[in-house]
Amino acid sequence: MMKVGIVRFPGSNCDADVYRAVTEGLGHEARYLWHKSHDLEGSDVVVLPGGFSYGDYLRAGAIARFSPIMSEVIAYARAGGLTLGICNGFQVLCEAQLLPGALVRNRSLRFRCFEVGIRVERADTAFTNAYERGERLSIPIAHGEGQYVADEATLDRLEADGRVVFRYVDDDGVPTDVANPNGSARNIAGIMNETGNVMGLMPHPERVSLEVLGSTHGLGVFLSLARAVARRADPAASTAKPAGVGV
Amino acid sequence: MTVAAAPPAGPLVITLEIIEEHGLTKEEYEQILGILGRPPTVAEVGVFSAMWSEHCGYKNSRPLLRTLPTEGPHVVQGPGENAGVIDVGGGWGVAFKIESHNHPSAVEPYQGAATGAGGILRDVFTMGARPIALFDSLRFGSLDSPRSRYLLDGVVRGVGDYGNCVGIPTVGGETVFDPAYEKNPLVNVMCIGVLPLDRLIRGEARGVGNPVMAVGARTGRDGIHGATFASVELDEGSDSRPQVQVGDPFTEKLLLEASLELIERDLLVGIQDMGAAGLTSSGTEMAARSGSGIDIDVALVPVREEGMTPYEILLSESQERMLLVAKPECEAEVRAVLERWDLQAATIGSVTDDGLFRVRERGEIVAEIPVKPLVEDCPTYTRKGVEDPEVVALRGADLGAYRRFDSNDAVESGLVTLLDAPSIASRRWIHEQYDTSVQTNTLVGPGSDAAVLRLPGGDRALAASTDGNGRYTYLEPRTGGRAAVAEAARNVACTGARPVALTNCLNFGSPLRPSVYYQLSEAVAGMGEACRALGTPVTGGNVSLYNETGGQPVYPTPVIGMLGILEHLERRVPAFFRRTGDVVLVAGVTRDEIGASEYLATCHGQVAGAPPVLDLDEARRLVDFLVAGAAASLIGSAHDCSDGGLAVALAECAIKANGGPLGVEADLDRAPRAGPVSAAAAWFGESQSRVVLGCLPESVDELVSLAATHGVPIGRIGSVAERDGAFRIRGSGHVIAPSVSSLERTYERALPRRMREEAGLTS
Amino acid sequence: MSDRYSIEVRITPRPGILDPEGETIARALDNLGYEGIGGVRAGRLVRMEVEADTGEAARATVERMCRELIANPIIEDFEVLIHTAEDGG
Repeated sequence: MMKVGIVRFPGSNCDADVYRAVTEGLGHEARYLWHKSHDLEGSDVVVLPGGFSYGDYLRAGAIARFSPIMSEVIAYARAGGLTLGICNGFQVLCEAQLLPGALVRNRSLRFRCFEVGIRVERADTAFTNAYERGERLSIPIAHGEGQYVADEATLDRLEADGRVVFRYVDDDGVPTDVANPNGSARNIAGIMNETGNVMGLMPHPERVSLEVLGSTHGLGVFLSLARAVARRADPAASTAKPAGVGV
Repeated sequence: MTVAAAPPAGPLVITLEIIEEHGLTKEEYEQILGILGRPPTVAEVGVFSAMWSEHCGYKNSRPLLRTLPTEGPHVVQGPGENAGVIDVGGGWGVAFKIESHNHPSAVEPYQGAATGAGGILRDVFTMGARPIALFDSLRFGSLDSPRSRYLLDGVVRGVGDYGNCVGIPTVGGETVFDPAYEKNPLVNVMCIGVLPLDRLIRGEARGVGNPVMAVGARTGRDGIHGATFASVELDEGSDSRPQVQVGDPFTEKLLLEASLELIERDLLVGIQDMGAAGLTSSGTEMAARSGSGIDIDVALVPVREEGMTPYEILLSESQERMLLVAKPECEAEVRAVLERWDLQAATIGSVTDDGLFRVRERGEIVAEIPVKPLVEDCPTYTRKGVEDPEVVALRGADLGAYRRFDSNDAVESGLVTLLDAPSIASRRWIHEQYDTSVQTNTLVGPGSDAAVLRLPGGDRALAASTDGNGRYTYLEPRTGGRAAVAEAARNVACTGARPVALTNCLNFGSPLRPSVYYQLSEAVAGMGEACRALGTPVTGGNVSLYNETGGQPVYPTPVIGMLGILEHLERRVPAFFRRTGDVVLVAGVTRDEIGASEYLATCHGQVAGAPPVLDLDEARRLVDFLVAGAAASLIGSAHDCSDGGLAVALAECAIKANGGPLGVEADLDRAPRAGPVSAAAAWFGESQSRVVLGCLPESVDELVSLAATHGVPIGRIGSVAERDGAFRIRGSGHVIAPSVSSLERTYERALPRRMREEAGLTS
Repeated sequence: MSDRYSIEVRITPRPGILDPEGETIARALDNLGYEGIGGVRAGRLVRMEVEADTGEAARATVERMCRELIANPIIEDFEVLIHTAEDGG
């Protein structure tokens, strides 16, 4: 049974949605971690959910990154703890430099909410092992600052290391400009860190994780994590490669 | 004598000018003298001015509103509280209300719309309900005018940024463009929230000595009218410019969570948001509801500007503030909760039993007013309504020239023009700026007839829609009032949900004009008739008058927010065509009516003729049939027929079909008719109480039989064709067959191209 | 003995970072008929009062704040301007 810790910053909105996805969608345990606490409560996975922490004032995620609990989250992540940042959570991870690059305003300068196609770039990570490589998912985005930017060297390195986990694609699975909802470099929708235990993505998998809503394309992210947690717990499988996919 | 220099508020020398600048008449002032037994202080003038304003006192509308039905089996809380509440079963309630922010949006569209959203959210969560959805009903002038484009852009961003930040999905609404609203846009926002019924809390101030606390943002000079202010403040001491109210959705989110936590933990006696007339209205209304009094000191209110006077503090409309009365033994715990959420909390006074609204400044009394007469004895006016003879003439205009088409091309061109009309075309440009899926309750979002939301604790769902028709109400107010309610009920029933209650926003010009008062009284009468026939009582709402500029009032526009309950969410019915092979039917009668139609206005530039007849029995029977048909899983899809008539409804069903555009083949002559129908009426007439249905071939007989049982005329008119097929429609001797894809392009491009954003909706 | 310094921090997008807001403003100015306008960059301004012994000390503190929180060095440049009480700024 996976124990997911969902951080609640002032202004987090999608915390309850992640809670539902994990508990109702998957039947695992979840609890909320208050931003002023210093206790991750033995969580197997820490999720920084979507929302508008601190109203997105100054820069999205810039202030949340300094919340008291972030010292524990950063230590946990640097020690290899499984960490997932969704939308605002991805922004916080970048501000905290647990992931490279930054998220800036959509090139359209407008908030955008609709379903986008994303392609699973690798299925051998802690976050995607329940998918097939190349699989196309339909997941909603809802953001005004989702354009991923980084310098060319960083982008090249991300690609070379296989750290791009999700990419925006069209109906045919091709990463075209039209399929890019916010102008992100190289159509990048989600990336992970060097040790494969931290991932950030702008789309919202928790919004498509319940049968009743009509689609469970996003449930795979949480299922993947559950499997990764189970494998970590099972001594027989502790041959996890350090060059890392975090499994 | 200047107020600021005077010793603690003595009587002010009242001039007629001061009274008028405060929106009070000489007679009303006499009444105030009678209530106080002495001349008022400056702060007291401000308080009466606010409480006896149209917005707070409903001076010109209360007698009319009293004629509306407010009770029903689902109603737990009717008008009189911050929001209405209905019982949706399983111990759960839904709190909801609609409000307008028309005048501020005309001045500053972004902040006007944002603060409108903020205010209605607070009205809902102050009842103990967690907001789960917002709807925006918007009206602007023609999009050909740069100002209308500017207003649309600002308002949509305002509603979006505020709702998105607080984490409430905006799942429905309507947007109408008509020159009638050019100078006076209408921005009505509805909020729906969910609560366990045993947690319902009211805005009451009970228990002598109980602490009264001001919570949330600091108080500034937002929203105080400079003119009235300047007339009483004769010295140059303070910097007293009127301030546009600016919203802070982040603080609102904190306030929402903190308030719900306080209510859930049962720490409060009462709570109310500080909305229009801020501290004044919340304080006095809470006291009036419990028959008690309240004693507060403005010096204890946290402020963000220096040198604020009691008048300013009492009338400030700074956003994101609540007034609460804590249980005396819980005051410390209340503070602890607020501190956890990093919110300001100050005890500013206490509840009394002397029935007075007593305001001090550092202990000295600056206002002391009996609560009951202040809140309940606001003078009301019943005026004489006289219909504008110009409207009578328009209604009787001869529309013969517009009933025929010269050719098939003329019909097709009419259809394309209507699909391109901003009031009909795709709203994607708007709703893709709103978060429509946060909270994972949205089963059906924008673009359909009604939104459908999951309810907690089981299988039930809520359907909701906001509707109104200013043009109908202008040409025949009573019919317009009925039609607004009927259309909203019909849209909700299309999903299979039974309409159970509504909230309403009345947007009219100045009631001092006999022609406007006529519109108001007739429209409300029509609304009442429809509410009774459809079994949908009114649980509350809002009145916005004086929407006019340069002597030109807007179209009288009652906007209805209708709620319906769907017992089994898996039996919800989508609006548009589901699959090739489905049979297409029309339920409801087509009459020879083109009056007041979008067709006449958009294709011929005519606003004339009587709006289509609204037979309330027909409306009721249709609703019952739709609900029964959905419950029996006989209806594949159901789409309301309104603006643009049958041809447009069919086109929408084809364009927005499940999985992508589907072709359709239909014969309009096979739709049920009451007598001969002209070509224009057959294609684009807006006869009421009609729905386009899609149905599996094997279910058609049973569906037709069910319609007969309910006394609803129904006719098989065609079938759904292949993906990306042709829109092959015949009727009244004409035939058209454009590709659905071409119609889709017109429909989708209409708003983006006018907003100069054709380069792509996605980026 | 400390003084009060009025500080203005100007934050702008780094050269090379796409600035859609600046571009949109430039286009709008062009539509309004302004000619010869180029290099439009849109940024942010943060003002504050800082108590410090010297102007240099105030500047050092503010620069630290900028690197830590107020600006994101990956995408933004910052400039610190100091006014003392006598400047009337």
